[in-house]
Amino acid sequence: MITSFPKLLGATVVTLKLLSASLFFGLFLGLFFAILRLNKNIFINKFAYGYSYIFRGTPLLVQIFIIYFGLGQIEYLRTTFLWVILKEPYWCAIIAFTLNTGAYTSEILRSAFQTIKPGIIEAGKSLGISNKIIFYKIQIPIAIRQSLPAYGNEIILMMKGTSLASTVTLMDLTGVAKYIISTTFKPIEVFIVAGGIYLFMTFIIHNVIKYLEKKYSFQQ
Amino acid sequence: MELLAFGKTGWGDELFYATLMTVAVSITAMLVGFFFALIFTPLKLSKYKTLNLVGNFYTTVIRGVPELLVIYLFFFGGSGAIMYVASIFGYYEYIEINAFITGSMAIGIISGAYSTEVFRGAIQSIDKGQFEAAKVLGINKFGQFYKIILPQMLRLAIPNLSNVWQITLKDTSLISVTGLVEIMRQSYIAAGSTRDPLFFYSFAAVLYLLLTYVSMKLINKLEVKYSRGY
Repeated sequence: MITSFPKLLGATVVTLKLLSASLFFGLFLGLFFAILRLNKNIFINKFAYGYSYIFRGTPLLVQIFIIYFGLGQIEYLRTTFLWVILKEPYWCAIIAFTLNTGAYTSEILRSAFQTIKPGIIEAGKSLGISNKIIFYKIQIPIAIRQSLPAYGNEIILMMKGTSLASTVTLMDLTGVAKYIISTTFKPIEVFIVAGGIYLFMTFIIHNVIKYLEKKYSFQQ
Repeated sequence: MELLAFGKTGWGDELFYATLMTVAVSITAMLVGFFFALIFTPLKLSKYKTLNLVGNFYTTVIRGVPELLVIYLFFFGGSGAIMYVASIFGYYEYIEINAFITGSMAIGIISGAYSTEVFRGAIQSIDKGQFEAAKVLGINKFGQFYKIILPQMLRLAIPNLSNVWQITLKDTSLISVTGLVEIMRQSYIAAGSTRDPLFFYSFAAVLYLLLTYVSMKLINKLEVKYSRGY
């Protein structure tokens, strides 16, 4: 139990790297698709809906496998520069996580945009603020505040999702835990340590989100 | 298309049975989850701090730890635990538990944690007056719960339970690591022997989408049924 701790802690770094990279890219992707969802053009709208429907309706494991095992099959891809990225399980995992969290984030942000009271936008307009500034300075900050609790859940879900990276040979926290379990046959001890590390991360994320919620709450 | 043919030449029938297996595991896991929710929801709502603690421990740990880790615990630890219990009764042979049972237990415990939260939320949002009125009318505890609280609770719980069902359905794909032949495992086998992973994993994605789509339609019907009168 004690000897496995440093190994697991080292693997936590991989988990955190995967998590932060996919959340970073996923946030932009989510914002992009949330804006597309609010577009009046029915094709753009349907396209964004289809994206989120497909990625939310299929298991993350399928998505990783399609990207890691499936895309390598296309001969053309092997000749392009993309192959440099796609042959690495690390980047494949990040691409899959990004696309997955992007879909959930777009739904969260969309509902946040839709709950903004029209009066706020009208007030901005009547003050003579341009549409662009209304969007960036009024709608986005309110939407971010609005979506904090749901986004906090998404971060925790994504953190648990990164455990699937172990299925494509990456040695993240779950991957190392599985390796130790299968060599020492001490599942319970390893589970307690690895689970404890995950719970600790959940605890920190939970509290950071809670703090941010309080800091940016409307009643001050 | 010949890859999906039924019979010996294609993978159609194998994938069909794998889909049935996914559905079977999901339903079993969901029922196991309800069983756990039935135990832990009262604990979470109890007046006693210690019981609260037990309930909270269950939901926090399970919802904070990756599903895959729980599955590994069951897969590697399950037979060991059973053998330990058996050794107390004087049985020392090697016991291997069926992958179906391990898988649906592991996923069931996970889905139970989510169901517990859903039931707790639903019970808490029922007006207090309903409990009091039922008591005043002299209805016994059993009747209070089954005739008054449960029907109202289900109406509130069904939309959230449909989310739990979706999570459970998608989580079953993780059991493929233990070797149970469900959609994901079958696609893995098919992809390995035909060297066509892109096709089979995409087809698996389509199967999952189909399952979520059909179950959403069915759940919507239930939702309509239970919100009669609102």
